[in-house]
Amino acid sequence: MAKTARRSRQLMAVAGAAAVLLAACSSSSKSSSSAAGSSAAAGGSSGNCSATIGFFGALTGDNAALGINEQDGIKLAIDQFQKANAACKVSLTPYDSAGDPAQAPALAQKAATDKSVIAIIGPAFSGESKVADPIFESATLPNVTVSATNPSLGKNGWKYWHRAVGTDNSQGPAAAQYIETFAKKAAVLDDGSEYGKGIADIVRSTFKTDAKVTVTDSESVDPKATDFSSTVNNIKANAPDAVFFGGYYQAGGILAKQLADAGIKATFVGPDGVEDPGFIKAAGAAAEGAILLAPGTPADKIPADFATAYKTLNGQDPGLYSVEAYDAANAVLSGIKAGNVTRDAMETFLGTVDYKGLSVEVKFVSGTNELAGAVTIWASTVTGGKIVSKQPLTITG
Amino acid sequence: MSRQAPEDVSVRIRRLRARAHRAELLRKPLTLASRGAGRLDLSDRVSRGWSTLPRPARWAALALIAAGCYALPNFHPPLINTPGSDFASVLFFPVAVYVLVAIGLNIVVGQAGLLDLGYVAFFAIGAYSMAELGTKSHWNFWEVLPVGVVFAAASGVILGAPTLRLRGDYLAIVTLGFGEIIHRVANNLNSIGGPRGITNIPHPPNINTAVIHFRFGVLDPKPYYWLLLTIIIVVIAAVRRLERSRVGRAWTAIREDEDAAELMGVPTFKFKLWAFAIGATIGGLAGVCFASKVISITPDNFVFQFSILFLAAVVLGGSGNLPGVIVGAVVVGYLPERFRSFQTTRYLWFGAALVVMMVFRPQGLLPARRRQAELRDVAIASGATTGALGAEVPGEDLFEGGDR
Amino acid sequence: MHFSNLIHQFWSLSFDGLNVGAIYALIALGYTLVYGVLRLINFAHSEVFMVGTFGALFATQWMGIPPAALPHRGLAIVVILVGAGLVAMVFSGATALVLERVAYRPLRRRGASRLAALISAIGASLFLQELFAKWRGRNPERFPRIMKKEHLATVLKADIRSDKVIIIVTAVVMMIALDRFVNLTRLGRGIRAVAQDPETAALMGVNIDRVITTTFLVGGLMAGVAGVLYMLYAETTVYNVGFLPGIKAFTAAVLGGIGNLRGALLGGLLLGVIENYGGAVFGAQWKDVTAFVVLVVVLMFRPNGLLGERLGRARV
Repeated sequence: MAKTARRSRQLMAVAGAAAVLLAACSSSSKSSSSAAGSSAAAGGSSGNCSATIGFFGALTGDNAALGINEQDGIKLAIDQFQKANAACKVSLTPYDSAGDPAQAPALAQKAATDKSVIAIIGPAFSGESKVADPIFESATLPNVTVSATNPSLGKNGWKYWHRAVGTDNSQGPAAAQYIETFAKKAAVLDDGSEYGKGIADIVRSTFKTDAKVTVTDSESVDPKATDFSSTVNNIKANAPDAVFFGGYYQAGGILAKQLADAGIKATFVGPDGVEDPGFIKAAGAAAEGAILLAPGTPADKIPADFATAYKTLNGQDPGLYSVEAYDAANAVLSGIKAGNVTRDAMETFLGTVDYKGLSVEVKFVSGTNELAGAVTIWASTVTGGKIVSKQPLTITG
Repeated sequence: MSRQAPEDVSVRIRRLRARAHRAELLRKPLTLASRGAGRLDLSDRVSRGWSTLPRPARWAALALIAAGCYALPNFHPPLINTPGSDFASVLFFPVAVYVLVAIGLNIVVGQAGLLDLGYVAFFAIGAYSMAELGTKSHWNFWEVLPVGVVFAAASGVILGAPTLRLRGDYLAIVTLGFGEIIHRVANNLNSIGGPRGITNIPHPPNINTAVIHFRFGVLDPKPYYWLLLTIIIVVIAAVRRLERSRVGRAWTAIREDEDAAELMGVPTFKFKLWAFAIGATIGGLAGVCFASKVISITPDNFVFQFSILFLAAVVLGGSGNLPGVIVGAVVVGYLPERFRSFQTTRYLWFGAALVVMMVFRPQGLLPARRRQAELRDVAIASGATTGALGAEVPGEDLFEGGDR
Repeated sequence: MHFSNLIHQFWSLSFDGLNVGAIYALIALGYTLVYGVLRLINFAHSEVFMVGTFGALFATQWMGIPPAALPHRGLAIVVILVGAGLVAMVFSGATALVLERVAYRPLRRRGASRLAALISAIGASLFLQELFAKWRGRNPERFPRIMKKEHLATVLKADIRSDKVIIIVTAVVMMIALDRFVNLTRLGRGIRAVAQDPETAALMGVNIDRVITTTFLVGGLMAGVAGVLYMLYAETTVYNVGFLPGIKAFTAAVLGGIGNLRGALLGGLLLGVIENYGGAVFGAQWKDVTAFVVLVVVLMFRPNGLLGERLGRARV
């Protein structure tokens, strides 16, 4: 009972703070505030509310944009929180894994042994999650990922791990079924990573079950290679209507470019790892007409005042998962505000949190720690050199 | 490979040059060995001092050093401590692991004079053995240890058997190729994880005896460090025995002049293969220990750069000299961690340091005494136009070596 | 094992193999020249190539062509390519000279061993890589598309694309030019003399230092050409772009016969083709393994390579 009361007080506090801030930030009358009106006074316990949050993900390297999007979203959340709660001192410690699972364990060790870090937002990628999360688990360090979508992560029985995003069990079939609407033959490629191969395998098995599309080629490519000519030659020989690539935007872009250069007319389809302007940069003109999917808000659906506040603070536009990371950070911050400033307290808090963010309702299914609530898979295309969202997809079966 | 030049002219030139060099040598005795006369004296003095110590004193000193090493992770000495990463963790990897690897590589490169640019392959085989057997067959660390070591040794023999007939640079290239093949095979075979690698490698079982309580977990690297340190001490003792045995002497003979050794009845191929196998064994041993600590490995943990790092450790320290390569490994492993404030530029300084070291002190920090003598003789004999680098005369493979 | 892939795409694989092999061949020249003269494996040559690619990139930036620019037509293409090529050659050549002066000459003077020179080469390679990583960052940089990659013809299912033709033709032309240089000019004779016997060459009045400098320079210039051709093909560069082409080019040099110029060309083209076949039969990710297996096999059964002879053409 007390918990519910506390929770609703926290919610109102956050809502109030958010409303005040959004009103202050936005000049024109945009009705984007998702927070309910009542600006109840920020009550809350008079406990210690200073803590350190960690962000774990790729901040450098080929696919850094995905990590930077999240980090900047968290920075915005913390910045707004600090402005509204000057008494609390919350800081962000970034752990740059460069998206490389080889570097992740040592980094995770560092985070685990830093006692001041009470929660991690991340790891951003599934591959590094797989190797870093056992370390977080041993150190009882709660972690919330907003972008690691490989379903097998949830099968490890990790207690301190939480996932605030849909899994590839939704995204994969969505991609496959989307391809089924326009293609008879498809090539399914992956970059060999935990995430890329994971989702590509789901697409392959969906094709097999639905039996509407023939898979002409099924290969793993080396994401660090610059020359995919072997793969391109194989695909060209079979002339598919679509090419699905499970992987990240840098390799995806180069692959798309080389496919186009070889005269292959197939539609390029990529999951959330590919959905970034970096894909267009790497692919050039070949990106035009590509289809991208993600279980997160596409860039052009991001609320405008969030985008403005984000850009003012960070100097660049928000991208995929910026809003989700912002929401997750705010959920954690609401816990910190309520005095949960140790790892165990935060863990307990996360077990029962129900924070309605701009894009995600941060609430976890007890037992599995997966996101409770429905998952929306957004489809976008690359039109005129920009990622333009199309529609949310529904998955059948 | 016979010479084309007129015999008498070139011989006369050589004699003239030799005379000139000898004269120079008398004037400036330390010229050829190193410009840093002071430093040379120090290491020379140390080694001379060491050999004059009576036996019990030597044992006492060694025990003291060992005790110091064991105690190291418990203190965080201000100068040596590594800001930015956990000191005890750094002591295990890269420092202790590199030390063990350097000892193994020293046998191949320093003792037997075989240039190996793919040594990381043996390290990888040990690590993957631990990973596979640990995760798929649920063996524990102590059960995997002998098996992993045997796999690595076998791979050393498999690599060596067809290729040890090659000499010098060609052997280096082949080992490089082998190292790359191993790395890529690990990356391509989905049955051993492919690019995703293997995770959840089990820790060694906890040691709960009356004297020591070791909990091998993710968070505390100290038990790993102490375990590896013990292994290193055992390996050092074994390698020392080897150096002084018939095998070690055969290696020295092979390194200095293989044809002469063959003529004197040394079965060079067999001993070279031994060197490869033993070197591979130690590399595999290091790999098994490494895998059991990091609990997840990917092929990118075994890229070519590591082979070069290991080689640099051996050469920087003083190839062929056991304490030398240990120092070299500590430098190579420790320095980038110590100067983490130059995080993005550490390999920059490291690369520059390698060049500088080779220019000013190519025999390494702690050179083996015999190697210095070698250098002097060879420099006299071959002249200094292109130096030893351009020598056309066969058999002048100038690989370092010599035990103390 | 997909032999059907190999059979169906044979000519296309071969042509593409020649294309990438031409680039390997140009880089291999640097390795083979230096080895022929100094018996030294110039490990840092892969970074000489990398610097060349950046030189080409800078050239386009100085010419005011942004990465997203549209392809040019006609004479503009030639001007841009030649301009970028010259700049790349200057960059690569300069790097090679500095390398020789800083990392190898002091060792020669001191009579250091080959192992020490190798370590110095490795250190220099690492240094150059990290230098560019620090300067330009670790993310790949895009090169503008200078010309439309026009599909000129389909010969037996091979995609004869304009950029591939340019690359192969340029590489062969450069090779012929180099061959003429080594065989007909005085400097070239000097190189061959030193490769054959340095002491006698010195006796005969050849300036050893000048020859070595020239060798490095020429190798660097070839790597510069390889750099601009690589940028034409791959349109991207990064601080460690030289690593894999460097090892493969070295493999090519050995395959053809290290120390042998024509061997470098043959080895490069052959390696490009063979690795393509391997990729088709075993799968794309086994392409690089094929190249290394070729290396090991050649060294085991024919360590002198296919053409065997040295630069001096006087081995018994």
